[in-house]
Amino acid sequence: MTPVVEMDGIGRTFTGPPPVEAIRTVDLTLEQGEYLSIVGPSGSGKSTLLHLLGLLDRPTGGVYRLDGIDVRTLSERRRTRLRGERIGFVFQAFHLLPRRTVLENVELAMMYLRVPRRERTARARATIDRVGLAHRCDFDPLTLSGGERQRVAVARALTSEPSLLLADEPTGNLDSENAASVLDLFDELHAEGLTLAVITHDDAVSRRAQRRVRIVDGVLA
Amino acid sequence: MSVRDLCGEAVAGVATRPSRLALTTLGTVLGIAALVATLGLGQTAAGQISERFDAVAATRVVIEPAEREGPDGQVDATELPWDAPERLGRLAGVDSAGTYAAVDVGGASVVGLPVTAATGTLENVVPVAAASPGLFAAVGASLRTGRLYDSGHDERADRVVVLGKYAAERLGVNRVDSQPSVFIGNRAFTVVGIIDSVDHRSGILDAVVMPMGTARETYGLEAPEAVEIRTALGAAQQVGGQARLAVSPNDPDLLAADVPPPPGSLGDNVSADVNGLFLALGGLSLLVGGLGIANVTLLSVMERVSEIGLRRAVGAGRTHVAGQFLVESGLVGLIGGLIGAAAGVLTTVGVSVVRDWTPLLDTRLAVAAPLLGAVIGLVAGTYPAWRASTIEPIAALRSG
Ligand SMILES: Nc1ncnc2c1ncn2[C@@H]1O[C@H](COP(=O)(O)OP(=O)(O)OP(=O)(O)O)[C@@H](O)[C@H]1O
Ligand SMILES: [Mg+2]
Repeated sequence: MTPVVEMDGIGRTFTGPPPVEAIRTVDLTLEQGEYLSIVGPSGSGKSTLLHLLGLLDRPTGGVYRLDGIDVRTLSERRRTRLRGERIGFVFQAFHLLPRRTVLENVELAMMYLRVPRRERTARARATIDRVGLAHRCDFDPLTLSGGERQRVAVARALTSEPSLLLADEPTGNLDSENAASVLDLFDELHAEGLTLAVITHDDAVSRRAQRRVRIVDGVLA
Repeated sequence: MSVRDLCGEAVAGVATRPSRLALTTLGTVLGIAALVATLGLGQTAAGQISERFDAVAATRVVIEPAEREGPDGQVDATELPWDAPERLGRLAGVDSAGTYAAVDVGGASVVGLPVTAATGTLENVVPVAAASPGLFAAVGASLRTGRLYDSGHDERADRVVVLGKYAAERLGVNRVDSQPSVFIGNRAFTVVGIIDSVDHRSGILDAVVMPMGTARETYGLEAPEAVEIRTALGAAQQVGGQARLAVSPNDPDLLAADVPPPPGSLGDNVSADVNGLFLALGGLSLLVGGLGIANVTLLSVMERVSEIGLRRAVGAGRTHVAGQFLVESGLVGLIGGLIGAAAGVLTTVGVSVVRDWTPLLDTRLAVAAPLLGAVIGLVAGTYPAWRASTIEPIAALRSG
């Protein structure tokens, strides 16, 4: 089977002044169904690596294959499409649209993937049900608890049936109880065969993963 | 992403920020309202003028003798012929024509009946005039009571008169069924009718009016003073051009024809200056309105950076992001245009009611105004939309 992620000598330098070598050289392979956590201190390059993994940013060096596709040569348009289809994002700050219902928030990604309306709603409802929030479909996200909000964000990431779920400090804004509910959900998704990469500076969070790597100053240890 | 989805997202983007919408549209609302009201009131006013003008003024032609200074210094003059109405009657477009003249009665007083010996006579300075029978139709006279004299009276020089309503009041005549008389000097004239109103020559309402033939025979009237012509609607220009030749084939230049200005030229320049000012103000507030939309949309883009980042992360391209903000600002403009058009129409109707006018509004204006608002919104949104599309997703997500 093709690995989901194959990174070979990936680097990312932000052109200054002064230039910052956020990622020096990273070699990383992620097999299908793996649950990886990347831990590291603040400023070590975790978010930068996640942006590279998620096709939100382009590396300044190295080779990156996502599902076997070399993404270096892709046009902006193709990259955007590939990102929408194969990557699901979960952010620390949730990034839910306020004053739109939970259902509308979850449908959002499928809109850009041109999923027909009916199917969109059906899939969104099923996914919301999957994360245990069926009774919150018509709520404004602002009225939900932090844990519920993050589960809505997970549902949104899952609707496109991505190859890889990327989470950047998914429990950073949550108390321990809410954090636990999100991490339990990750365990379940992993058990169902989803490939996950969770970035955190919290050891307790990273210990939940099947495989852990540490990043320091832009280098995996 | 389908057009429907794009519009749906734009509507949601606008609808979830109602207070902002109100502020953003204000300039457009004022501008569009000013434009619609100005054009609407302009059309309405022009409509009122041309309505009145068409019905009355536009059908009147008056012919009077004019003077001309000859090459050797002598002044040429001409007299209007007695049979001018008959000559004019042969012209196409002439509905009715009649001659008119003031009559010099040599200082004789006009006295009404009944004359009671005890109180003496009721003496009044009442003007005396002569008119051919056709004049009454030509000036649009309507009778209060009795009838008008006819061409038989005219030819026989019968001593009959018609009284203007003010003359009748002053002479104490209010009924004609008993054939009352009025005396001019010591001559008795039978009153056959009383005139209630006229469209032109309101002097008739003050006067005692007798047939031309009677004035000629009794008072030696030399010639008519003027010919009044009522034309068919729209024929005044043409009749005015031909009438002098018809009345005086030998010397048409010695007559003056008073013709109404061609339709339109009056209404158009009535309030052109005022219109210009209001249109300029409307245009200015539209410009301000457009800048307002641009400004608030730009602010909105900056505020919604993290939303933009999220949309990019879940698969939105630059064009999707730009499209959304463009449609949002176009929508804001459209809403402003709709409200403004409604306000402008209401203003037009309101002013018309107060002025007792019939409101006239081109329906195309009511449709075009909101569209103009939408176009302004779209134009105003181009720069903010472009800015939104250049926002990098990683920068956007970091700011959330
Ligand atoms: N756009 C940028 N331009 C310049 N430097 C940047 C940029 N983005 C990140 N950096 C730098 O790259 C380094 C790594 O940043 P990154 O955000 O990946 O750290 P992190 O591990 O996610 O930290 P934290 O745990 O605080 O989120 C930092 O020194 C940061 O200042
Ligand atoms: Mg980070």
